[in-house]
Amino acid sequence: MQKVMALAEAVSRYVRDGMVIAMGTGLESCIPFAAGHEIIRQRRRDLVLVGPISDILFDQLIGAGCVSKVIAAWVGNVGAGIAYNFRRAVEEGIPRPLAVEDHSNLTVALAVSAAAMGVPYLPARTALGTDIVRDHERMREVTCPFTGDRLLAVGALRPDITILHAQRCDRHGNAHLWGNLGISLEAARAAETVLLTCEELVDDAVITSDPNRTLVPGFLVSAVAEVRDARAGGLPGLARPDGARHARTRGVPEPPGRGPGGTASPPHPAAGRPGELRFLRTAASCGRARSPGAR
Amino acid sequence: MRTSAITRRQVMVAAAAREIRDGEVVFVGMRLPLLGFALARALHAPRAVGLFENGVIRSSPPAAPIITMGDPPNIAGALMCTTLVDVMSHLQRGRVDVGFLGGAEVDRFGNLNTTWAEDRGRRIRLPGSGGAADIAALARRTVVLVHHERRRFPERVRYLTSPGFGTGRGWRETVGLSRGGPGRVITSLGMFGFDAESGEMVLESLHPGVTLEELRAETGWPVRAAPDLRETPGPTREELDAIRRFDPDGLWTG
Repeated sequence: MQKVMALAEAVSRYVRDGMVIAMGTGLESCIPFAAGHEIIRQRRRDLVLVGPISDILFDQLIGAGCVSKVIAAWVGNVGAGIAYNFRRAVEEGIPRPLAVEDHSNLTVALAVSAAAMGVPYLPARTALGTDIVRDHERMREVTCPFTGDRLLAVGALRPDITILHAQRCDRHGNAHLWGNLGISLEAARAAETVLLTCEELVDDAVITSDPNRTLVPGFLVSAVAEVRDARAGGLPGLARPDGARHARTRGVPEPPGRGPGGTASPPHPAAGRPGELRFLRTAASCGRARSPGAR
Repeated sequence: MRTSAITRRQVMVAAAAREIRDGEVVFVGMRLPLLGFALARALHAPRAVGLFENGVIRSSPPAAPIITMGDPPNIAGALMCTTLVDVMSHLQRGRVDVGFLGGAEVDRFGNLNTTWAEDRGRRIRLPGSGGAADIAALARRTVVLVHHERRRFPERVRYLTSPGFGTGRGWRETVGLSRGGPGRVITSLGMFGFDAESGEMVLESLHPGVTLEELRAETGWPVRAAPDLRETPGPTREELDAIRRFDPDGLWTG
């Protein structure tokens, strides 16, 4: 089956309302902004987003009303600061109520790893005694059958789909990634299927020339879209994160009559106005990435 | 080497850097600690190794200023780029000597909250743990950097995101944490250690120009001061030069 397709078609085919979606799994790098913005354009609803640290992508999807729940360790952007859409949704239910399943980076990584390994849970020594694990639907304190130690059992979390952005892949979805990897590899293995966006679609021979670099095998992947998406999140070897772009997504445009006016957070940038997605489209229209130097 | 141009954040960064001993494995964290690690590595701890939760391991300061761990200068020239589970396994395995943390709230026993705050009765959702709960639970010791103001220093955190000594010494063992705990809290006003018996924060030094009364007024419990309360040494000329090299625009220390 032909896997290579336009991003709009890939999202239309494989992303459904109500799905559990892991994305932004690279921890600050390789954030699939183009795919996220396409999900917004296609107005998907009631999504459950999974990711340790999502950059501002989760915030945008939440602000656009696509999300009913976030399973994450940290929602925001280190450079741009607090995620105001996330805050507004949690605190005030705008544009819709948002449930949060809190994690630490390691617990969300282990939940996804358990699913990737096909086991119901993995044990850990982290987060014991914290309010994160108190009454948590996916964590239980257990006693080790070998040592008697008190451990945290982290239940498996299997996404319906994982969306990854890679530096390059072939037409089968065999992908080369480099730089810091976050939980991208585990998320690809845990999910029912993978939607892959890549900076560059390459010949099969480029992939097989360096098999250690193939970190996602194509048999996991359903769809491949070639997308220049490096600048919004930063892509090792290709581009820096674009701080100015982040800044632009925060200040503009404001609906008339709803200025900041000393409130704790700026008004919702897409509060039911016509053309509500304009600022997000601006953010999505990334320029072409610089070519990698040596290949 | 104090001059009027020295900022409290420069004092904090220099103090943080001095917490790193040569040859140690450091879980670096974000913001000011990024700078502290770069400083230590460039000056007194050339064999220190830095782990970053996004999967980066490096043994040299980044070649250019960085805002966050995912910035290209933190990846270029790294020793290793790997996964989150891989770097955090070193932490869980017990190989990390010191981890750096920040927080919206820190309490008397060094517990941290980065999940929920409150402003005039209104609950405010903060970003969450990130890797902080893991570092606080699993590093051999932790160093906390935090801006010192009363609303950030309650007697007891509203929500325990990252464990310090819980309700006192012995708590960590009770809940199943086999090692670690906070060793130092560096604030914008002073530096604290922890009482060996009670696990309570004890003031060890005041930053230049800060009075004990001023610090007490900004703290939500009656602060215990060490009998030999000192002044925090300000950054040396060498430290100051390095801070300015790594943070040329004063983004973090201005």
